[in-house]
Amino acid sequence: MDADSPLAPPAAPAFGPAPATHPLAPLSAGQVIDGFRLEEHLHRGGMAQLWRVSAVDGNDGTPLIMKVPRIKGGEDPASIVGFEVEQMILPKLAGVHVPHFVAKGDFTQRPYIVMERIAGNSLKARFDAAPLPVDEVVDIGIRVATALHDLHRQHVVHLDVKPSNILFRPRVDGKGGEAVLVDFGLSRHDHLPDLLDEEFELPMGTSPYMSPEQVQFVRNDPRSDLFALGVMLYHLLTGERPFGAPVSVRGLRERLYRDPVPPRALRSECPPWLQEVILRCVEPQPDRRPPSAAQLAFELQNPAEVALTERATRRARSGRMKVWGRWLSALGAEPSARASVTVQVARSPILLVAVDVANAKPELMDALRLTVQRLLQTEAGARLACVAVMKINRIGMDEFTEPDGSSRHVNLLVQLKHWARPLVQALNLPADVVAGRVTCQVLHAPDAAGAILDYAHKNQVDHIVMGARSSGMLRRYLGSVSAQVAAQAECSVTVVRQSAPSDADT
Amino acid sequence: MKLAIITDLHANREAVEAVFAHAQTQSIERYVFLGDFVGYGADPGWVVDRVREHVERGAVAVKGNHDAAAVMGAQPTMVPDARAVVTWTHGQLDAEQLAFLAALPLTAVEDDRLYVHANAFAPAEWGYIHGRLDAVRSMQATACRLTFCGHVHEPQLYHLSATGKAGEFAPTPGVAIPLSAQRHWLVVPGSAGQPRDNNPAAAYATFNTVSNDLCFHRIPYDHDAAAAKVLAAGLPVRLAQRLQDGC
Repeated sequence: MDADSPLAPPAAPAFGPAPATHPLAPLSAGQVIDGFRLEEHLHRGGMAQLWRVSAVDGNDGTPLIMKVPRIKGGEDPASIVGFEVEQMILPKLAGVHVPHFVAKGDFTQRPYIVMERIAGNSLKARFDAAPLPVDEVVDIGIRVATALHDLHRQHVVHLDVKPSNILFRPRVDGKGGEAVLVDFGLSRHDHLPDLLDEEFELPMGTSPYMSPEQVQFVRNDPRSDLFALGVMLYHLLTGERPFGAPVSVRGLRERLYRDPVPPRALRSECPPWLQEVILRCVEPQPDRRPPSAAQLAFELQNPAEVALTERATRRARSGRMKVWGRWLSALGAEPSARASVTVQVARSPILLVAVDVANAKPELMDALRLTVQRLLQTEAGARLACVAVMKINRIGMDEFTEPDGSSRHVNLLVQLKHWARPLVQALNLPADVVAGRVTCQVLHAPDAAGAILDYAHKNQVDHIVMGARSSGMLRRYLGSVSAQVAAQAECSVTVVRQSAPSDADT
Repeated sequence: MKLAIITDLHANREAVEAVFAHAQTQSIERYVFLGDFVGYGADPGWVVDRVREHVERGAVAVKGNHDAAAVMGAQPTMVPDARAVVTWTHGQLDAEQLAFLAALPLTAVEDDRLYVHANAFAPAEWGYIHGRLDAVRSMQATACRLTFCGHVHEPQLYHLSATGKAGEFAPTPGVAIPLSAQRHWLVVPGSAGQPRDNNPAAAYATFNTVSNDLCFHRIPYDHDAAAAKVLAAGLPVRLAQRLQDGC
């Protein structure tokens, strides 16, 4: 079996109603189906064929493709149910990280899906060139994690993340380049019936990328997609597959207890932080992986903020005794009940607190800290990014040192960490866990609001917390940073104001 | 054509008014009522009259076990609470209303859709669809691709594939679910007049016969007022309480 094609379960013994299959005449170029003319045969895969099509009555010029399932006579549950699933899910999805849905055809007539055609090759083409430069691997990781988070926020777990299912929008005039996820035939939507749940007796997925919980028939954990992404990044970085490409369930189960060779043993240029991130993605227990795709993208974009553990410096796989111990505990172990994609995404937000450490009054700083502390207490999986903005001039030379010769950047960072310290203490977590939960960064920018907005956008921040300038005078002359952030942010914004005496002059 | 499917109204005027008001915003072209118009609630006559008006304008309605009981009057086999409610309800309905309930069919078929109160395998015996096995038995008992039934008060969606594999799904209100032509579906919209899934909001469903989109709805209504009327009518306290708790 081709290692990259999904495991196709054997046809189930038929009982109940007769399968509603029907003969399908072969398709040919020039043929018109429901107003779409078949222009060119692009691809024939195991499950479906792809045609470039055009709308007969013209459309807005968007290039289109038609996907038609291969029905191999008799019942073929894998391709029929997978196509049914994709017909349900794709029309529900929106945004740049999925192909735009155009039309679908019923199984009673002729089944098809017409969607936007994404130009360019899939990520599969880059796998032949692996190992790739470290920077390119990280860049691919950021783009795919960003796309996955967008999908997870739409209540969908992909469950078949692999190179051939990832395309990139072409870059035009500095725009584009976003990862696009395709093929939702094995996916699960939290708000739609899971037609695949009961269908097959074998695990569903593509063997090199399938998460351990998928091997155990769990189909609702978004962190399964992070496992698959970890496998891809490992492969792109080292040229090797971390868990091979097993073709049996027994072979698939090995990933429940056998850890992969650490990437740095195969590729010495791999920085320790990247090994940490990749090995965390491929942890057998979802709880030990990054809690959300956005938090993974955050780490890939902010290497200095990655909390390093023993994983970062690991040089070899675990010894035989340790593996044997894990094998024993994996025997007959049932996957624990897990949260749905909706719940898991909601409980792992990224919070951004912008602290004006150089100018804000102590009372406001305290009020800000109290607000953040309350949020952290209610959101157990939250990640807190504490940010201070160091103003630089748009034009001309900047003073990077204080009059006494010390670094402005370092001074701000010291003050920011000092501000965050009581929050870290209140969390009462082990040092290595806290290091990944709370991070402090100083951004350099001429405009504080712009810097905060840009940071929030790039890191898929869910909630911004910041203080308001208390003095009416200052606000009048300098403008309100918080008002601009609140007006332009793509997420929730909480503006904290220190309570003032009722006769205050504001 | 867009359908509103409403079931287990149970003489709850406040809930039914809220459902009708919501349905009016949904471009509904046809109303389907799956029975149990009376029993439990304080406004049996009002609810029967509304359903009858809809039927006169072309709506479909089938009979539920509570409707049959209200026609027959209390039976010695009933538990005391049920006997009290049935006797009270029977006394509230005039001859015309009782005749309307008595004349309702047990099932109705429209294109590939079966409407029935309890199940497709023995509609007159009022067996419940308690789970996947009952649902499969019902789906296999009809040639219709879609079955809409009530009797069970919790919203649920079952499906059966061509290879005989069945699944069930607890729906999310307000999300349209495309019902694939490739399988059989059994739809339980949930009770409008006496919800029992820990959510007191009235339940009903809409279905578009062209796009095959099914949507479950939950409509909040003044359940305190409905419960107060149940108490004022002298009906069992438990019946008022469960409107407020939704269970």
